Amino acid sequence: MQTPAVYSFHGGIHPPENKAQSLNLPLGSPRLPDELILPLGQHIGQPSRPLVEVGSRVLKGEAIAINNGFLSSFLHAPTSGTIHAIEKRVVAHPSGLSDTCIVIQPDGNDQWIELEPLDNWQDVSKTDVLAFLAEKGIVGMGGAGFPTQVKLQGAHKHPLTHFIINAAECEPYITADDMLIREKTLELILGIEMLQHLVNADNVVIGIEDNKPTAIASLQQLIRERQSSIQVAVVPTKYPSGGEKQLIKLLTDKEVPSGQYPADIGILCQNVGTCVAAYEAIQYGRPLISRFTTLTGDAFKAPQNVEVLLGTPISHLLKYADLNEKHLSRLVMGGPMMGFTLDTPEAPVVKTTNCILAASTKELPPPAPEQACIRCGMCEQACPAGLLPQQLLWFSKSQEHEKAEHYNLFDCIECGACSYVCPSSIPLVQYYRHAKAEIRDARESAVKSDIAKQRFEARKARQEAEAAEKEAKRLARQNAASAKPAAKKPTKEAPKAAPEPAVANDDAKKAKIDLAIAKAKLKKLEKSLLEAQEKEHTEEINALQIQVDETQKDISELERKVAAAPNATPTKKASPTGMSDEAKKAKVDVALASSKLKKVQKQLVDDPDNQELKDKAAGFEADLKTAQALLDKLGGEAKAAPSKAKTALSEDAKKAKVDMALASSKLKKVQKQLAEDCDNDELKAKAAEFEKALKEAEMRFAACSGESASAAQKSDKPVMSDEYKKAKVDVALANTKLKKVQKQLAEDPQNTELQGKTVEFKKVLKEAEARLAALEAPSLQSKEATPAVKNTVDTNSDAQRKLKIDIAIANAAVKKAEKALAKAQTLQSEDIDSLEQQVAKAKAHAQSLEQTMKNGSQSANTAPLDSVTDDKAAEHKEQLKKQKVTTALAKAQVNKLKRQLDAEPNSEQLQKDLASAEQAHQAEAAKLEQLTNTQENR
Amino acid sequence: MALLRITSPHTHRAGRRTSWVMQMVILATLPGLLVQTWLFGYGTLINLFIACATALISEAFILKLRRRPIGFFLADYSALLTAVLLALALPPTVPWWLTVTAVAFSVIFAKQVYGGLGNNPFNPAMVGYAICLVSFPVPMTQWIGASELIQAGATPTFSDSLAAIFGTLPTVDSYTMATPLDAFKHKDGLMSSEAFSSILGLQSANLSSWMWVNVAYLLGGLALIWLRIITWHTPISMLAALAVMAGVFYAIDPSNAATPVFHLTTGAAMLGAFFIATDPVSSCTSNRGKLFYGAGIGILIYVIRSWGGYPDGVAFAVLLMNFAAPLIDYYTQPRTYGHKKAKKGLAGGDK
Amino acid sequence: MLTVLLAIAILVVLALVFGAILGYANVRFHVEGDPIVDQIDAILPQTQCGQCGHPGCRPYAEAISNGEAINRCPPGGQATVQALADLLDVEALPLDGGEEEPVSKVAVIREDECIGCTKCIQACPIDAILGAAKQMHTVIADECTGCDLCVEPCPVDCIDMVEVGVTSRTWSWEKPQGVGAQPVNIIATDRQVEAAH
Repeated sequence: MQTPAVYSFHGGIHPPENKAQSLNLPLGSPRLPDELILPLGQHIGQPSRPLVEVGSRVLKGEAIAINNGFLSSFLHAPTSGTIHAIEKRVVAHPSGLSDTCIVIQPDGNDQWIELEPLDNWQDVSKTDVLAFLAEKGIVGMGGAGFPTQVKLQGAHKHPLTHFIINAAECEPYITADDMLIREKTLELILGIEMLQHLVNADNVVIGIEDNKPTAIASLQQLIRERQSSIQVAVVPTKYPSGGEKQLIKLLTDKEVPSGQYPADIGILCQNVGTCVAAYEAIQYGRPLISRFTTLTGDAFKAPQNVEVLLGTPISHLLKYADLNEKHLSRLVMGGPMMGFTLDTPEAPVVKTTNCILAASTKELPPPAPEQACIRCGMCEQACPAGLLPQQLLWFSKSQEHEKAEHYNLFDCIECGACSYVCPSSIPLVQYYRHAKAEIRDARESAVKSDIAKQRFEARKARQEAEAAEKEAKRLARQNAASAKPAAKKPTKEAPKAAPEPAVANDDAKKAKIDLAIAKAKLKKLEKSLLEAQEKEHTEEINALQIQVDETQKDISELERKVAAAPNATPTKKASPTGMSDEAKKAKVDVALASSKLKKVQKQLVDDPDNQELKDKAAGFEADLKTAQALLDKLGGEAKAAPSKAKTALSEDAKKAKVDMALASSKLKKVQKQLAEDCDNDELKAKAAEFEKALKEAEMRFAACSGESASAAQKSDKPVMSDEYKKAKVDVALANTKLKKVQKQLAEDPQNTELQGKTVEFKKVLKEAEARLAALEAPSLQSKEATPAVKNTVDTNSDAQRKLKIDIAIANAAVKKAEKALAKAQTLQSEDIDSLEQQVAKAKAHAQSLEQTMKNGSQSANTAPLDSVTDDKAAEHKEQLKKQKVTTALAKAQVNKLKRQLDAEPNSEQLQKDLASAEQAHQAEAAKLEQLTNTQENR
Repeated sequence: MALLRITSPHTHRAGRRTSWVMQMVILATLPGLLVQTWLFGYGTLINLFIACATALISEAFILKLRRRPIGFFLADYSALLTAVLLALALPPTVPWWLTVTAVAFSVIFAKQVYGGLGNNPFNPAMVGYAICLVSFPVPMTQWIGASELIQAGATPTFSDSLAAIFGTLPTVDSYTMATPLDAFKHKDGLMSSEAFSSILGLQSANLSSWMWVNVAYLLGGLALIWLRIITWHTPISMLAALAVMAGVFYAIDPSNAATPVFHLTTGAAMLGAFFIATDPVSSCTSNRGKLFYGAGIGILIYVIRSWGGYPDGVAFAVLLMNFAAPLIDYYTQPRTYGHKKAKKGLAGGDK
Repeated sequence: MLTVLLAIAILVVLALVFGAILGYANVRFHVEGDPIVDQIDAILPQTQCGQCGHPGCRPYAEAISNGEAINRCPPGGQATVQALADLLDVEALPLDGGEEEPVSKVAVIREDECIGCTKCIQACPIDAILGAAKQMHTVIADECTGCDLCVEPCPVDCIDMVEVGVTSRTWSWEKPQGVGAQPVNIIATDRQVEAAH
């Protein structure tokens, strides 16, 4: 065996080694800790994705997280047990921040999963072996945690001249690799030979510092025995000879070009720990679940090396090695040169943890205050990367990042040699780290702002294109319009006819533009008003309020104009537009009022005793109500409008829905506030009020949908189906909400608030379902009614088919309700009663549908004879449906009151309310029955 | 148990603080100080005390004005080092107010006004020296002669030195004479050999006392190199350049030029090489840069001595090269690991 | 007389020659300079938020080149003001409306409250909101610049501006406090003491 040549590198330091103390004791193995915390990001690259769920049982060696992309790794259970949690825990990171971890509660059996070694690794393709290594979670164990399969893959880019095994372990204190070589010499050599086979390397050199004579001797002996071609290069002890780049320079006299990898010059470097892990993975199928770690430092009474399971909390190891807490001043993961301090010993051991240094104040005294840099150049003499640290410090301090980069800041390996020798105690490495991060951030934000700019410009271009298209279409229409009269009438009149609408159009346009401007102004004013309110500038508020009012007046005037302008045009299409414009205005008012109200309420929450604010809130509420009323009226008018106002109607419904959403969002907000401040009567009152508003909105919506349904009956199926879809969406929404709350409830079963919410959501769900059912009925009717009297037989069969489908749906609803009931029973929910009722109702509905079908088939025969009766029947059904909704609502009210009564059994008011509600409900039910009877009689 | 969050590295070389570096440099001047005192009387020592007091007071004053922690900055010994170097460079008979002016100027204007330690572009001691040399040339060029050659026949006593410094000694002229460099500069057309035989300041007694002074500084400087406080690059290249210049011109014209040995052993050659030019703050940083920087100083010293208006040129040569130091730094960056070539200039300049 | 004429003639000839050289150099060594608007635009953060009172960053860049104040960009913070001041060689004014440094935020839609009105989609200056009428919308967090223009149009108030928190992947060491300060960042509190027991 020839001795390989050893070269040298620039700089380097000789800190006290302190390696002896952890080698006095043999390798230890701590017992199982109470829990194992496995961070998902133990390696460079994307964090792994968990494969397990909380509560599931895992065996030792079972994969619990899978790689997430190319540069990522697997993670395995270090022992058997149950997944206790997947949550944020403090991880071993200089920031002391938390990250997602899988927490395993060991069951103490330490039961292995069946291991599958890769016996025929010499025969299978190398890609398969690499994939196998990836599945076993093997990453570089030297420091960075670079996924091994990626590194080995990279080695195929260029023919390998050197395969270097890094056993230098140059950091003071750390002896984990030393111990590993002593304990697992054979495994190491076999592992090296496996990797050598994988990467086709001829020239394999183990680089080891001369301060590990025992390890060197055992290596050399084994290599002699096996007649292996592996060489052992003993390098002089100098920090940082274990740095990858420095070791390469030491052993090959080559330098890794800046910004490239060793693989680019045909060199592969692997840590000894990685070789052993790879060997154990291939030979025994053992994934990476434990590692050698040095426990050292003056605060330990029994410093030693341990083979420790990944995820073991460091506090457990501290206890194991007999920590003297009084002496502990600094807890470092890694060595004293490049390790990082831990805020808490609760952080776990990860794949790259080679040392836990529990240092006393005497050992690692707190750093002296930073003095001025005198450019003494000691750092330059020590820098192993050949940088000018003092210049880099100057540029980092003055944020001259461009210059820092020019002075090769990114070639700094952060080894800390410069800080070590600095006579002025300047934390040079921290300056460099900060500067590097700033430069990276700046680059990232530059990229981001570039993207934003591109997207902004693309959007602008798109909008312009759309506008141009619209304009072109408008022109085309105009041309067509003017061309028609020109074709019909004598040419003389044509020029007269054309300008008239154009003028009118111009007027309208101008008015619209004015309106837009005025609105923008209003928005601005309101914004400043809000600001003023926030800053409590009373004078400004008044002035601004006046301005706002004026602007609003202007706007309404302008809107009138805009509405009037199209009326004035000879074309008489105007009325629906005008109507909807007005409605829109009303809507805007409503929105404004409600937003104002919201703002005031928000302020009110901050400052509940402010009488002025309360008054204001009341005023705004009144405004809102009047606006709402106006809107309702308009909606009514729209309905009454002679034009076929389907659009208006559906808009109305939409509006109602928006109102509903608004009301519910408000309600939710108040409830949230209420949750924070349970005793606030005012809030409760408000919540009740909002609930009422919500109910109103819902009713209105139901009415609207009813109207739209009736409108649709005459002509429009799509609208109907729209409504139907909406109702369905509502049901789905309500369902998800309910589920969410139930989940929360599962986590926190004592929370009465949540329970209340659950009940409420269930109610909402029920209502939505009722609505859906209600919609289903008219949809069927409308479908029945639409196809006129012509193709009776076809229509009838169509209707029948539809009816059947509806029945199926209804039956499904029944089933669903029953399922919900079963669930509720298992959960012992208070809601069982209502659910039972619901089931009954759904059944009734299904029955009624069946009845209808029978009727339908009967009436199908009579329908062609008398279409008038059919119309009447439709009207009747409409009424029936409405009645159903009302009954459902009444019932909901009863249910709600009952529940409240359960909570507060002594409330007389509630009892009274309940009685009246029950009465109302009975009355409605009676009406409904009557209606149903009439229909059936018919 | 309070755990600290500190960036790595967590361990630091014990003992080697900036104040220790400054102390060692001050200690390394001891041989020179002793020899000067022995040969030229107590004037240097008295100057030293005046200079140190002035430096501390002015530094504290300006730190107070700048609202900086006084104790923290005084403890770095940098002001004291400036004072010591100035005191050694000033003639032993110089009036007290001149010492005070020089030191105060160097501490306040050459150092603190630029931002304190580490931020001064020029060597503070040499700025103070040059200001006084330009403003008060007569007292700045009077120096005690070797005891055999002067009228008094012996080095001045402590009381005489004190009296000379405080301006109460009428017989000060009996102690002083031209330094060898001064004498050689004013040989007025005499051949070199004639000058060495006829001019009082160039007698071997005077030459040997200056040689001893320089040898003492050389010893101190070697100690600094051995302690790795300074590197060999600046002093060796400076002395080599001075010797080469002297050698070349001596070879060309031996009748008018002095030998390289004369140049290396007179004036402030060694003090300048090991203590002044190596001031890290105002000199070049990379080893290659230090070679250029030292060589520049050596050449300039010879130029000023031979053709300039002043007998010695260390102060001006160092200040001139301080101007050039950033430029040299830009073009002598070391080659970083992984780069084929060393970078030059600044970002945005020639890339 | 002749000398005077000669002098004039020589000067004229010289002027012509040098003029020609200069003219040639102007054409030959013409540098396509970055127009100032582009340079300003490159410094602005491109959030397109309109807080400067202009509809987007580019219009503000144009306004700055026409003499508008450089301190109207809250998302850019004081750093942008400084960069603009350096570029335009004017005095760096304090940021308009408060000293607070910008915190990077993204918009998040509370999705089950979204009613699918598309108002936020129309408001987003960089098309970073995805959705269709009556369908739930969502924000592409990676593209969102945090301009909060979508918050106001939302009729059901379901858009939150969420601060982009520091994760262990984006965290970095802070700058040391400088000369005179001990480079110790945080001294852990009693919380750790309890945890250790």
